[in-house]
Amino acid sequence: MTDIWSVAGRTFRSRLIVGTGKYKDFEQNAAAVAASGAEIVTVAVRRVNVSDPTAPMLTDYIDPKKVTYLPNTAGCFNADDAIRTLRLAREAGGWDLVKLEVLGEAKTLYPNMRETLDATEVLAKEGFLPMVYCVDDPIAAKQLEDAGAVAIMPLGAPIGSGLGIQNRVTIRLIVEGASVPVLVDAGVGTASDAAVAMELGCDGVLMNTAIAEAKDPVRMARAMKLAVEAGRDAYLAGRMGQRRYADPSSPLAGLI
Amino acid sequence: MGCSAKGKARRFYVISVILNGEPRQVREGSIADLVASLGLDAKKVAVERNRAIVPRSTLADVALAEGDALEIVHFVGGGC
Repeated sequence: MTDIWSVAGRTFRSRLIVGTGKYKDFEQNAAAVAASGAEIVTVAVRRVNVSDPTAPMLTDYIDPKKVTYLPNTAGCFNADDAIRTLRLAREAGGWDLVKLEVLGEAKTLYPNMRETLDATEVLAKEGFLPMVYCVDDPIAAKQLEDAGAVAIMPLGAPIGSGLGIQNRVTIRLIVEGASVPVLVDAGVGTASDAAVAMELGCDGVLMNTAIAEAKDPVRMARAMKLAVEAGRDAYLAGRMGQRRYADPSSPLAGLI
Repeated sequence: MGCSAKGKARRFYVISVILNGEPRQVREGSIADLVASLGLDAKKVAVERNRAIVPRSTLADVALAEGDALEIVHFVGGGC
C-alpha cells in the first residue's frame, strides 16, 4: 500500500524531512539521511569561504539530483533578509520550493509572524513555493495559507529543544483547518514525538537536532523513519476510543 | 583608480570591491572571471551584485565595477 503526499504538485513517499546541520562530518550526515529515508533535506545559504574554495561542500556528499534540497532561511530575523536569502537560493539551486522562517528572537527562536506573513506574500508573488515555519496557532496558519504558503510548518516546541509536541490541541486544529500540508517543524526530541505528530494527522515532520545530537545519529535516523511510518499508520488506522476505567480483553463468559 | 602594467600593452586593471563583506582587490573583468579566479564552480554558487541577483547565465556578461558589493553564496548544512 503506497502512502504518498504532495506539496505544491511535487509528490514524495517519505514524510520525514531532515536537516543537515550539527553533524560531526559530511559522511555521518549523508549516512543519517540515507537511514532516515528522507527525500527532502533542509539546507542553509551562506557565504562561500573565498579563502578556502576547495573545502568540501555539502553537495559533494548529498546529491541534489537524488535528494530535494529545501533551502531554509534559518538565521534571518526580518522579511527582507529572508527574501534576499531565498532569491539567492533559487539562483544557486534552480528551484522554487523553499522553506521560510523569520525568527523573532534568539532565546526562543520563535517566529516573528508579522514579518513571516509579509515575506510569504512577497515570495508567493515572485513565484516561490514557500513552506512556512510558524507558531502553533490555527488562525495564523490560515493567514499564511491565504498569503500563499504551500505548506504550514508549526513548531512542536522551540527549535533544538527536543521537548516534543507541547500542544497537541493546536496542532490538531491546524491540521483540521488547513487545505495545504501541515508538517511539524522543530521540537521533536525522540521517536515517540515524531509518532505523536503523525498520529495528530500531520502530513510530515521536519527535524534536525533530534537526529544530529543523538549518540548514534544514524540509528536515530532509522528510528525516526519507523516512528513517522508508525504514527502515520496509526492515524490512518483510527485509534480506539479512550476510557476512564479498565475494560477486559478476554471474555467474561466461561470463566472457571 | 587601478593601475596598468607598464609597457606598451596594457595587461589588466585592479579594482576594489567588497566580496562577502570584505574589501578585496580583484582583476577587472566579468563576474564569471572572478568566480573562476577564486577557484569556484559557477554551477554551485549564486551571486548577488549590489543587492541584485546576477543570473548564472549572465555571469560572463556582467563587468565588475569599482566599489561593487558582491555576495557569493552556496548551500551549507542547516536545519530548522
